[in-house]
Amino acid sequence: MASDRHDIALSVNGTAYRRPADSRMLLSDFLRHELLLAGTHVGCEHGVCGACTILLDGVAIRSCLMLAVQANGHELSTIEGLATSTGALNSIQQAMHEHHGLQCGYCTPGILMTMTAFLKENPSPSEDEVREALSGNLCRCTGYQNIVDAMMAAAEALRATSP
Amino acid sequence: MSTRYFGAPVKRNEDHRLLTGQALFVDDVELPGMLHVAFLRSQVAHARINSIDVSGALKCEGVVAVYIAEDLETYWQPGPLLVPPPPIAGITFNLRTQVPLAKDWIRHVGEPLAIVVAESRYLAEDALDQIVVDLDMLPVVVDIESALDPSSVHVHDDLGTNVSAHVYQSKGDYRAAALRADLILKRRFHYEHGISSPIETRGVVAQWDARGNHMTIWDTTQAPVFIRNGLAAMLGLGEHQVRVIAPFVGGGFGPKMMMFYPEEVALPWIAMRLNRPVKWIEDRLEHFFATTHERGQIHDAEIAVDRDGRILGVKDVFLHDTGAYNPYGLTVPINSQCTLLGPYLVPAYDSTFTAVFTNLPIVTPYRGAGRQHGVFVMERLLDLVAHELEIDPAEIRRRNLIPSDAFPYKNEIIYQDFQPLEYDSGNYQPVLDMALEAIGYAAFTGSEQPKLRAAGRCVGIGIACYVEGTGIGPYEGAKVQVLANGKVSVATGIGTQGQGHFTSFAQIAADQLGVDVRDVDIVTGDTERFYWGAGTFASRGAVVAGNAVNEASKVVRQKALKLASDAFECSEDDLVIADGKVSIIGIPEKFIRLGELAQRANPMRGAVKPGTEPGLESTQYFGPPSGATANGVHAIIVEIDPETFDLKILKYVVVHDCGTVINPMILAGQIHGGVAQGIGNAFYEKLSFDDQGQLLNASLADYLLPTALEVPRMELAHTTTPSPLNPLGIKGAGEAGAIPVGPLFAQAIEDALQLKRKNVELLEIPLSPSRLFELSKGAA
Repeated sequence: MASDRHDIALSVNGTAYRRPADSRMLLSDFLRHELLLAGTHVGCEHGVCGACTILLDGVAIRSCLMLAVQANGHELSTIEGLATSTGALNSIQQAMHEHHGLQCGYCTPGILMTMTAFLKENPSPSEDEVREALSGNLCRCTGYQNIVDAMMAAAEALRATSP
Repeated sequence: MSTRYFGAPVKRNEDHRLLTGQALFVDDVELPGMLHVAFLRSQVAHARINSIDVSGALKCEGVVAVYIAEDLETYWQPGPLLVPPPPIAGITFNLRTQVPLAKDWIRHVGEPLAIVVAESRYLAEDALDQIVVDLDMLPVVVDIESALDPSSVHVHDDLGTNVSAHVYQSKGDYRAAALRADLILKRRFHYEHGISSPIETRGVVAQWDARGNHMTIWDTTQAPVFIRNGLAAMLGLGEHQVRVIAPFVGGGFGPKMMMFYPEEVALPWIAMRLNRPVKWIEDRLEHFFATTHERGQIHDAEIAVDRDGRILGVKDVFLHDTGAYNPYGLTVPINSQCTLLGPYLVPAYDSTFTAVFTNLPIVTPYRGAGRQHGVFVMERLLDLVAHELEIDPAEIRRRNLIPSDAFPYKNEIIYQDFQPLEYDSGNYQPVLDMALEAIGYAAFTGSEQPKLRAAGRCVGIGIACYVEGTGIGPYEGAKVQVLANGKVSVATGIGTQGQGHFTSFAQIAADQLGVDVRDVDIVTGDTERFYWGAGTFASRGAVVAGNAVNEASKVVRQKALKLASDAFECSEDDLVIADGKVSIIGIPEKFIRLGELAQRANPMRGAVKPGTEPGLESTQYFGPPSGATANGVHAIIVEIDPETFDLKILKYVVVHDCGTVINPMILAGQIHGGVAQGIGNAFYEKLSFDDQGQLLNASLADYLLPTALEVPRMELAHTTTPSPLNPLGIKGAGEAGAIPVGPLFAQAIEDALQLKRKNVELLEIPLSPSRLFELSKGAA
């Protein structure tokens, strides 16, 4: 297949990047292998497992279902941007640690990004709403219970710190 | 030893890296000049290969090399037998292991035919389309019963049969038991497990350093030492010339074992051949065919009981689908055979199995490793007996439990670790009582269920018991070293896939050495850091490697005390080791930090005395004589929609005994995850093959892994019956959650829909709404 390169300019976690990319390159591959932001993980490449979830202009999307060229001009957020500049965990990360919400940690980046968007939209969710929001992210290790507990705790912590 | 950390729900040391996207997984390895590999895989299950023409692929953009089996020359060899069959008299075992690339014969869909190496994975996959394969199709063996028909075609033409293995084991005299029985019940059971589906698929990166004559392999394996040894031999290198790193691994559950998968064998060879680093990452579609499964067995089982429902004997004849090759020996069916006996007194047992080759992907252990199949048969037999004799299902279990004074309890037959099956310790009655109490058994069956039924709701209860042989040998080791900065380094040979080893092993070392648990740095899965070991499988990591860490830490503790006693010119008995230092009891200002002792242990002047060695470190090994037997009871209340057969879990209880607990938080996580996989197996996950060996649901949209909506909140409780087989008293826990969920579902659904009244028995797993519909409709 003849290469079909495009210059892409986008911002990830507040840093501006400009790179050439083939038109067919997945956004997940672009982030991981071109920008070397390998914290975003790939689990199925057909949009089911949710491991590759990132935020595009604040909205949770599957980076395996989007082409890098489609992200041109957009603002992206990934797991690498969650902790503070001093490396301290944010409320959602901290709650995952406190509640043992991760085991192998491979699905964790997608869960953190999905829930970042969800808790912003719904700061006082019920457990059922958390489970519904989580249901697009597959985890094979935890049985979800501790993730649910972590998200309920994170919601509370976020409410306590927001005006 | 102080118990500051051991037994406490210590938060995990590994979390920070995982939560910030800084943990290294295999696909994160980026190397200068790295090439990417894609495999051409067979689209048919059984064929003769006439030719494979790669000339078109070689002309594609970015392609560096294309290989077929013949290109591998003498490197092309069938893989090794990983676990030899146990020493059981009269056994038949026909060994046929997988090959790096199919040559002449194709034996399952997904078997690799050719390799493309290119500048990117995209380009490599483009070139796969240009390879022309000429095949003669052969009839396909899918069904394990008809596979044994004399007219069946053979998966391995040279073998003249589809029998992979035939094993008979017995204890007592079943025939005599049956003659004395008041009731004999016989049924046919179908149990299928599934595919482990870790969210991280498999992957390999290989880098050959021609100048250093050294190979580095990053591999998603559960057993890096095994892989290092095997690949070194295949590549004609010494073990010290090969380093295998299993970095963070995104779930394993069995199939990421020391398989010597074709990709694992091919990548290092390509790296050497091209003198370039190469990477292959399995995609999800490949995972469904190229990673091993654990599929089905058909059991014809009968149980002989007296009129009180006491078991006199069990007879079982079963068929086991081993897939196209059997590199893992007999581990799965032997586990089924042994674990069927469960926590019960079974005076007579007569068990025969035949493992059968099919034109389907290879079967190897997946979390539970055949135990599910056996537990399903026994638990369902007891349910049937209970129904027939009008005994409560919980009561019939209670009557048959092995009493607490009967341990160690010998079951006589041979287990997967080649030792006679012997339960080291146990106290089963309280576990059952606690589970019944927690699920509210008496109240539910006595009043709630009748009330809900009267209101038209289909609710049912289930209770299932199991044992799990865990923590088998041969051994693991650990190197514990106090560093000059006062921190402790621990290295062990096993790999880690989320089990929390960075924390549980740190807890063990921290207690022995009196340091903060966060100051213990654990290394797993890097053969350069620890040379010896077996791997993470069979619920053995915490038991075997955990005890090795403890033994090595104890020796380092003694060394620290000796050094300090020399420095203070006092007795070791007068010293206390805590807070990262050794001090004199009662005189806390007289202390030496551990880091200082580590420096003194490596002196610049003076002699290291004979019989001593420099450094504040020790390497020790631990090998248990046999496996430690954990046990548990799961209980469930379900509600079924009688129109749609949709299932809702109203309550789920696990009571479990895995001996001494290192970290209850990590243990709970293991149970939660196991139960979730058990729920998937019981009601959602089914590998649907057609009669041509094609998997019809090879995507995560079609093969249904449970989500947060299907997995309920679980109530957990534990009893503690330490294992006498290791100093820490630990038993394994990794697989327990997954084991009894099938029979639990069958029992509870039968109860909820009152299927017995319609003469419907649930004798198969997986179930599903549509299967329940079919079975109910058939009855009506």
